[in-house]
Amino acid sequence: MEKIKSLADLRKLQETLKAKIDLREISNDADSRIQVKVAMATCGIASGAKEVMEAFIEEFTKRNIGAVVTQTGCMGYCYAEPTVEVTKPGADPITFGYVDVKKVSKIIDKYIIKNELLEGIIPVNYQSIDNKF
Amino acid sequence: MHIMDILQNSVRARSGSIKLDIVEDRASDTFMFSITDNGCGIPREIFDTVTDPYVTTRNTRHVGLGLSLLKQNAERTGGGLSLISEEGKGTTVTARFINSHLDSPSTGDLASAVLLTMTSNPGINFEYNHIKDNRSIHFTTDEVRNALGAIPMNEPLVYPYLLGILKSELQSIGVS
Repeated sequence: MEKIKSLADLRKLQETLKAKIDLREISNDADSRIQVKVAMATCGIASGAKEVMEAFIEEFTKRNIGAVVTQTGCMGYCYAEPTVEVTKPGADPITFGYVDVKKVSKIIDKYIIKNELLEGIIPVNYQSIDNKF
Repeated sequence: MHIMDILQNSVRARSGSIKLDIVEDRASDTFMFSITDNGCGIPREIFDTVTDPYVTTRNTRHVGLGLSLLKQNAERTGGGLSLISEEGKGTTVTARFINSHLDSPSTGDLASAVLLTMTSNPGINFEYNHIKDNRSIHFTTDEVRNALGAIPMNEPLVYPYLLGILKSELQSIGVS
């Protein structure tokens, strides 16, 4: 990665970055992006959620996967922080608990790429009325 | 931790703009940060008790630790916390720490704390001002959007570049 020190330098890189993104979106389906939400409330931040979020961004960048990584508020699983909800296109969201930087690679390798489940999944304990009828 | 935590409060309050001001002053031995948003404000009925750890507007749990921990830690160093809020208009949280106190916490990685919040919420206008003694930086989402053009701020490829830029700007004013 080129080292840049200013927003002016970033502006010069616009075309290069855009080309990388366009190339990735030709090979992946641009409309079906993986969504990763990292719970970022007090308990999550104290448990290391910031580092987990950075690790997801770094891994997706390294592997050229066009996922959207974002923060969310407390999901209510304070006992299992850091928690991360992963939604693959066409699939229900899955929430992983006790996520650390090492587990980020496992989630990407096993669940996102190979579609294999792994330990630490927090089972859904609710269903909205819209899903029932 | 506190800065990221309070920024999350502002995001959750559906703010359109959030301003983070940090002032480090060696002469007065203080570290102060202030977060101002134009979100929904703190409801009047809980304003007086909002730093109580059992008071929260959330419905996922019955504790709200962010402000109570911030108040506790600021006061422990000889500093304090102040809150100004008006429903429908916004909130300003200001915390002051005495640097030389034994219990004064370290700031951690400020650049990533600010950037992760900024890039995860591309619809919010952020402004980050950091003054250390007589030197300052001013970093805004407007400038970032200008530099990125059509590339969205939440594109993962962009994050490491922005982190490098913000760290470099902070280092230029003596913030490591």
